[in-house]
This record gives sequence, structure tokens and C-alpha cells, in this order.
Amino acid sequence: MSDVKKFLYVNRKAPYGTIYALESLEVVLIGAAFEQDVALAFLDDGVFQLTKGQDTGEVGMKNFSPTYKALGDYDVNKIYVEKESLDARGLTLDDLLPLTYEDEDDDWAEKDSIKVVSAAEMAEIMEQSDVILSF
Amino acid sequence: MKISVMISEGPYTHQASDTAYHFTKAALEGGHEIFRVFFYHDGVNNGTRLATPPQDDRNIVNRWSELAAEHNLDLVLCVAAAQRRGIADPDEAKRNGKDADNIAPGFRISGLGQLIEAGIQSDRLVTFGD
Repeated sequence: MSDVKKFLYVNRKAPYGTIYALESLEVVLIGAAFEQDVALAFLDDGVFQLTKGQDTGEVGMKNFSPTYKALGDYDVNKIYVEKESLDARGLTLDDLLPLTYEDEDDDWAEKDSIKVVSAAEMAEIMEQSDVILSF
Repeated sequence: MKISVMISEGPYTHQASDTAYHFTKAALEGGHEIFRVFFYHDGVNNGTRLATPPQDDRNIVNRWSELAAEHNLDLVLCVAAAQRRGIADPDEAKRNGKDADNIAPGFRISGLGQLIEAGIQSDRLVTFGD
């Protein structure tokens, strides 16, 4: 495949009320094999998908949040979280899973994958993407 | 223009499949190419031939099948989403030890890679969902 496109997966919904978050993650993992330029965006209730300490025992559903930690191994290391969405929900970066990747261009140094951006910056990221899949 | 369509909701409960159908039909009539229509999430429920809506309402499943036959459309149901929701073709039914299949004519079951490929190959990937 010759042409590389910029894929942006937009995640807007809470992790367990509906299946969108889980099935979005499944697309991201499959899509990683296609060697495209991939980024993930989390906004609105979608920011809850990345929170630490998720416990689904009482609702009898699978806690799939550990899978986000594997994204770095799939070369998915551009994860944008909208600041306004965090603020509105009383969350900060410290409430989110520490997602990292090893930068092959920097002697495999471990770096943070999550970048908190403003709504205006998020709009710019969307503007610059070729394919946007919204979940 | 080469266009692909993703449908994320099932029939009747949500308008997504209706709107996607009208969009796809209009795009074809406008001389555009539809590279693929991909059904994901509850959207896979658009592909069961066992749906029996009232006679005086539109038949969403048959409408897709007919459009596919007319324009040689590629209607793809995501395999992982289909397995969760009980949509099977003869191969899937056999593989998973089920006693029946229910896929509608003109649809096929395949992987999520087909969605990514649609994004890569098409000028536009248009999503219909909530």
C-alpha cells in the first residue's frame, strides 16, 4: 500500500454504557496493522475511557481499559485528550492511565502518548486528518 | 468521487441506516462510485434476512439487498460485531457450531480491515450513526 493517510479515531462516549468504546478500540488495534498515520482523540464523556482504576466487577462486564496500555506497542502513540472535557468532569491528567511508548527515533526513550489539547487545537487536529472515524 | 459508507446503528430504532441508504442511492445516481458499505456495531443487524417489518413500512434489509444487486455494491458486515449479535453466513454458522445462518442476499461477512481499507482507498468515508 503506497499512500499513507492520517486516521483519527474520535472517542466521545463513556466506556461501559454502550459498546462504542470497546468496538472503537478493536478497530484501532486491527487498523494498526495497515501502517497508516494513526491518532486517537478523546472528548466529551470519551475521556472516561482513559481513567485509572476502572472496576467493572459489579456490572459483570469486561474491564478492557488495560488494553489501552498496549497501544504504544502497536505504534499508536498520538493520543489527544480535550482539556475542556476533562475540566467539565473534574478530571486531570493524573486521573488518566499513564500511556507511554518507546520512541525508536530517540534511542527507545519512554515517552508519554497522551497530550492534553484545547478544543481549538482538537479542531485543528481534525481539520488536518484525512479519515475520521467517530465512535 | 470514490465514496465508502459506514453504518453504526441497526434498522428502525435509529434513522442511520435509512439516511445512509438515501445517501448511497443519491451518490450512485449522481455518478459517484461506492467503494464499500461497511456495517459496524448494531449496524450489522441491517443484514439479517429474518427481519419481517410490517407490510406497510419500508423493508430496510431488502432495500439494501436490492440496491446491492442493482449496482453490484459491496455490503460488508463486521465479523466481530456480527458474532456478538448473532448474524451469521453459512461459513460462520458452521465454524461457530450454530444450527442456522441468517445473512441477507448481497451482504458478506468480513473483518475490520475492510473498513480501514475503505478509508484508505476512498476519497471520502462517510459515517452514519449517533
